[in-house]
Amino acid sequence: MKERFLSGYDNFVLPFLFGMIFILVYCIIGMTRIIIQLPPRDRKKFAISLFKPKNALKNIIDIFADCLLHLKIWKRKPLLGYMHSSIAFGWFMLIIIGHIETWFYAPHRTGLLYYPVFFRYFMEVESYSLRGSFFFFLMDFFLLIVLSGISLAIFKRFRSNVLGMRRTTKLTLFDHIALYSLWAIFPLRLISEGFTAGISGGSFLTIPINWIFANFMSKPENFEYSWWGYSLALGVFLTFLPFTRYMHIPAEILLIPLKNAGIKVRRSRKGMALAQLYSCSSCGLCIDACPMGIQKKNLQYTTVYLTRFLKRRNKKKSREISNKCLMCGKCAEICPVGVAACDLRLAYRSEAKYNISQNYTYLDNNPFSLQEKENKVSDGKVIYYAGCMSSLTPIISKSVIKLLDKAGVEYSQLDKEGGICCGRPLMLTGKLNEAKEIIEKNTKVISESGASILLVSCPICYRIFKENYYLKGIKVLHYTEYFEKLAKEEKITFKMGDGKYVYHDPCDLGRGCKIYEAPRSALSRICTLVPAEKEKKESICCGGSLGSLTLSYDDRSHITQHSINNLMINSPEKIITACPLCLKTFARYSSIDVKDFAEVLSDNIS
Amino acid sequence: MTDFGFSIDSSKAITIEDQDNHLLEMLHEIEPDIYICMACGSCTASCPAGVFVEMNLRKVLLSLQRGMEKETLKQLKSCMLCGKCNIVCPRGINTRNLILSICKTYNVQ
Repeated sequence: MKERFLSGYDNFVLPFLFGMIFILVYCIIGMTRIIIQLPPRDRKKFAISLFKPKNALKNIIDIFADCLLHLKIWKRKPLLGYMHSSIAFGWFMLIIIGHIETWFYAPHRTGLLYYPVFFRYFMEVESYSLRGSFFFFLMDFFLLIVLSGISLAIFKRFRSNVLGMRRTTKLTLFDHIALYSLWAIFPLRLISEGFTAGISGGSFLTIPINWIFANFMSKPENFEYSWWGYSLALGVFLTFLPFTRYMHIPAEILLIPLKNAGIKVRRSRKGMALAQLYSCSSCGLCIDACPMGIQKKNLQYTTVYLTRFLKRRNKKKSREISNKCLMCGKCAEICPVGVAACDLRLAYRSEAKYNISQNYTYLDNNPFSLQEKENKVSDGKVIYYAGCMSSLTPIISKSVIKLLDKAGVEYSQLDKEGGICCGRPLMLTGKLNEAKEIIEKNTKVISESGASILLVSCPICYRIFKENYYLKGIKVLHYTEYFEKLAKEEKITFKMGDGKYVYHDPCDLGRGCKIYEAPRSALSRICTLVPAEKEKKESICCGGSLGSLTLSYDDRSHITQHSINNLMINSPEKIITACPLCLKTFARYSSIDVKDFAEVLSDNIS
Repeated sequence: MTDFGFSIDSSKAITIEDQDNHLLEMLHEIEPDIYICMACGSCTASCPAGVFVEMNLRKVLLSLQRGMEKETLKQLKSCMLCGKCNIVCPRGINTRNLILSICKTYNVQ
């Protein structure tokens, strides 16, 4: 192979070159900004994590798996996964092979940004060698893969249902421009390389096209225009990229190391949050997942639009969207890039201004004074915290106590005569400092009790005890875990009934604390469990969640109904749940019995 | 004056004309539900903060509508926003957000 032009340059590379330099500068500035905006402690943590060999390896693996191969989408929707990874991985391979070719055949041009991209234009083939043909084949092969992905993408625009998406995102104008230029890039590449295949060589795709062009269609002199078109499409795509959803391509490469370093979102539009916002690919998988989507009017409150309006600094819309959400966490769970939607919303909520702020000094004097003596238990014993919600569903605490008595466990109930809230509902409203105050008060009472196990029957309390409390030497257990443990140790035995029940995963217990199996294995001791249509990490929020601030009673009832229908798919006799709030919400609308986990267990003690 | 062993409170009549309602109207715009409250008191009965201090959402709402918010608004400072009142409300009022909206709209010195 040899170069066709001494200068190694042609004017048509300019659009591409402009776009490429622009996007590189933009990304470097953006990345620096995000890192500067991190709080100093997080920045240090991030820097350290980059140099830990284990973490660095994980970063590389994750970048390959998530940015190029899109394994997460493959697992959910294989066809969608193929579409994404064919474009991403195929394009990546085209770039890499282009560079390798340049290193091999024109090593003095390796510094030029445009040279590997337009390699076929600048080079001329003298004789076909095996190595050359191998590269030609690879290039055509990956181009074919990308083209298949692009045709799937075009098809998806019109019939997204076939690829497993019921609803897709409404795109912005810039998104459309970038989308069409992305679609144009690869067919134009095929045409341009086809035009030059007679001079620069080609393989199974480009040579037949060259033959067609040469014999039937066009004058060979026209090939200059097709290269211009190819470069223009690339230039437009790269120039518009920062203002469109395609920004997720570079942003995700930064997000993955940040996430692996364990950095949390603290403010709604700074640092980590910014990395998350730009990493949102507006794919719209969250739209189908969102329980609010049952009503068409509420589709506008899904995460994909939150990131869009946060990016645009639209305060009114961002507030509306972040306050509406139920915080069930399903969108974050299925998000292919891992946008922490609940954290973003919480950060936004925490930035709201209130004229009247709460303070809980009144709790200093007399919390739990009624049962202060009772609270003292000897070392290694259980302290049971029923939580606010359980006092509205007294059957739960009664059943828990019955089971504890049966097992002969020494315990004491912390909030028998009315206790303080765990603080999570307060935290969900964004009042983080006030929540901290409550957390301190509770920590004091619980640590002083001398217990070694804190038993909670409410997933809302459980989650905050796990995530935000620091209870030294005290193990926090949800009653599903604890009773499963007791049953395993045969401290309580149950009799098997002939009931056919379905178990509902409460959001905070399942997606929040990843407890899916303990309640199921405990329940399988007393009944036959039938699966719901969507369960475990895909379970649908009951609609009663405290996460939402502004969702109306009416809208909630639609969600509850939808969630019940999802559970009823295998016609169970009873719905079992392990959350007082779900219990209360379902009981309002369900046509069959809704029972609490502890209640059914205590009814079946042998 | 003769001591009868009891006294009569001063008049509690409210003069609507004197009342400055603009904050209430602002609140009503964001929370249309304030007028559907039937003052049953379920919220107050279920309130966990009410065990320790005076916290009476029913009273707060009534006093807002009567232009007497100064006397009761500071009660909201004790609210733990646990949402129990929200669950028990027979009228389906979103009390939790109502409290937040009051905290945004009104001010206490």
